[in-house]
Amino acid sequence: MSSMHLTPNLYKRSAEQEPIRNGFGRGLVEAGRRDGQVVALCADLTGSTRMKAFSQEFPDRYIEVGVAEQNLVTTASGMAHMDKVPFASSYAAFSPGRNWEQIRTTICLNDQNVKIAGSHAGISVGPDGATHQMLEDIALMRVLPNMRVIVPCDSVQAEKATLEMAAEIGPMYLRLAREKTPIVTSDDTPFEIGKSYVYRKGGDVSLVATGSMVYHALKSAASLKQAGISAEVINCATIKPFDRETIVASAQKTGRVVTLEEGQINGGLAAAVAETLGESQPAPLLRIGIEDQFGESGQPDELMKRFGLTAPDITQKIKSFLGAETGAKSKNPGKTKSKGGHK
Amino acid sequence: MKHTESELQLLANTIRKDIINMLKTAGSGHSAGPLGMTDVFTALYFEILRHDPATPDWEERDVLVLSNGHIAPVRYATMARAGYFSVSELQTLRRLGSNLQGHPERTRLPGLETTSGPLGSGLSQATGMALSLKMDGQQHRWIYCAMSDGETDEGNTWEAAMLAGKNKLPNLTAIIDRNNIQIDGPTEEIMPLEDLRSKWESFGWHVLEIDAHDIEAVIDACNQAKAVVERPVVIIAHSIPGKGVEFMEYDYQWHGTPPDPEQAKEALHQLRTLEGEIEGEHE
Repeated sequence: MSSMHLTPNLYKRSAEQEPIRNGFGRGLVEAGRRDGQVVALCADLTGSTRMKAFSQEFPDRYIEVGVAEQNLVTTASGMAHMDKVPFASSYAAFSPGRNWEQIRTTICLNDQNVKIAGSHAGISVGPDGATHQMLEDIALMRVLPNMRVIVPCDSVQAEKATLEMAAEIGPMYLRLAREKTPIVTSDDTPFEIGKSYVYRKGGDVSLVATGSMVYHALKSAASLKQAGISAEVINCATIKPFDRETIVASAQKTGRVVTLEEGQINGGLAAAVAETLGESQPAPLLRIGIEDQFGESGQPDELMKRFGLTAPDITQKIKSFLGAETGAKSKNPGKTKSKGGHK
Repeated sequence: MKHTESELQLLANTIRKDIINMLKTAGSGHSAGPLGMTDVFTALYFEILRHDPATPDWEERDVLVLSNGHIAPVRYATMARAGYFSVSELQTLRRLGSNLQGHPERTRLPGLETTSGPLGSGLSQATGMALSLKMDGQQHRWIYCAMSDGETDEGNTWEAAMLAGKNKLPNLTAIIDRNNIQIDGPTEEIMPLEDLRSKWESFGWHVLEIDAHDIEAVIDACNQAKAVVERPVVIIAHSIPGKGVEFMEYDYQWHGTPPDPEQAKEALHQLRTLEGEIEGEHE
C-alpha cells in the first residue's frame, strides 16, 4: 500500500534485516534526550536488551538491579510514583514471566506509568531453548486491566513505539524479538498505539499478524497471489487496546480470517481476534502460532520451520483452510464452520 | 515536638478504639498488626512525617509506603485522625464502593502512596522512590517503609534490601513490625528470621532496635535515622501484636481475625480503662 510507505524491496532477498530490539535501544536513547524524567532499569542484561547506549549516555539515570526481576518492576513502580518515566527491561521469559503478580499489583492496579520491555520473545530466540523462548507473554499482559500491549513488527516500528510509549502515560508492555527481522516499514509508515494497519489490500482472506509474523504474512500474501488468492494483510501492532474496527471491517469484506503470531495461540493475538469476531463479525478462523506446546533448541530458521511459521508453511495452511472453507461453503452453505474452525 | 508524649498516647488510644470499631463493623480484617503498629503510626503522622492532610499530593511531602497492606486499618484510622478524611468514613471499611478497601488501593484514597497487600513489594517501591530523590538531589525529603517481619520471608524484600544497600540510599528508612507472629504461627517456627539484625547489617543497612510502644523512642529513632547519611536505615520495632487488648496480645490467632461484637465491647472497655489501670468513665 503506497499510503503505508512499506520498504520497497521487501520481497527481495536483499531486504534489510535488523533485530527488533535494536529499535528499542535507539528509541530509548532518543526518549532519554527528549525527556529528562525517562530512566531505565535492567536486570543484568544491559547488552542484549539494548539498554547499553542509554546506560552510557545517561549513567545517572540507569539502574542496574542485578538478576532480580521482581525488584526490577517494583522499583520501577516506585520511581514512576516520583514522576519518573521508567523503562524496565529483561528477557520476556523473566519479565513478565517471573514477576507477573508484581506487575499486576504495583503497576496495573496501582496504575503507575511503567514501561516494561520484554526482549527475546518467541521461538526465534533459538538455541537457548524452551526456558528462554517466551510464548505466553501476550496472554499474560493482555488480561491485565490498565495494561497496553504493543508488538512492533520490525526495528523501525520498535523505535517509534518506544518514543510513543515514553510520551504517553500508563502501564505498557513492549514485546521484542532477539533475531534479525526483515525491515518491513519505513520512517514514513504510520504508527499509533491502539491502531492496526492494513499493509496490503485483498478480498479473499484477512491475514492478521503481529510482530515478526507480519513479514511472513506479507510474503505469504505474495505467494497466494500467484495462486489467484487475494489476501489482505493487517499489522496488529497493538494487541491491547485492540483495534476492533479494522479487524471487523476486513472480516466483513473477506469473510475468512487467519491470525499469525510467534507465541501461544491460546490467549494471544488469536484470542483477541476470535473474541472480536465472535462478538461482532462471526467468520471462520485459522489460528497460526504455537499450538499449546513449548519450544526447543535449534537455529531460529529451523525452529520457524519446525513450528510451521515460515511463509511457505503458512501459505500451505492458508490454502487448505480456504480450500476446506470453499468446499464446505459450496456443499453446506449453512455449516461453514464445520471444517474451517479446526485447530 | 508538636505534641506532648501524653497527647500522643491519648491519640494512639483513640486510634486503637477506631480500629476495633472499624473491624467490628466490617466483620472481617486483621486485628493484631494494626493494634501493634498504632504507636508507630501515631508517631509518624503526628510528629515525624512532613505532610499536609489538606494537600495529600504535596510535592515536598515525605512518603510513607505501607508494604504489609493488611494492617490498613491503622493507616486509615491514623489518616482520619490526622485530618485526611472524616472519622465517620472509617465505618465504611471493606464495604462496596468504599475508599477504604480491605487492602489499600492508592487510586481510591488520596494520601495512600501505593497499592499493597501481596507481601514483599513495598520496600522495592520505597527504594525506587528513594533512588528518584537521590537522582533529583532532594535531600530534604524522606521515604519511610512500614513493613512486617513475616514478609521478610519474601525474596523480593531482600532483592530490594540489596539494591538500597548498593546505592547507599540516605533518605530511606524502613520500619519492621517485629511482632514475631505470622498467619500460621510464631515466625521462628514458621520460618526463622533471626538473626534479623545481622541479616540487615550484612545487606549494608544501619540497624536500630526500639520498643514499638514507646512513642518517644519511635520519634528518636526516626530522627537518628536522618543522621545516618551513608546508608539506608532499618528500625526493628519490637511490638506486641494486639497491643492494648489483653486477650489479643501475643496471640497469632488474632493475626487475621476481627473481634465479634462481644469481644469488641470488651476490647473497647479495656482500651477506655487502659487495660484496667484507670476506672472506666461511663461503665
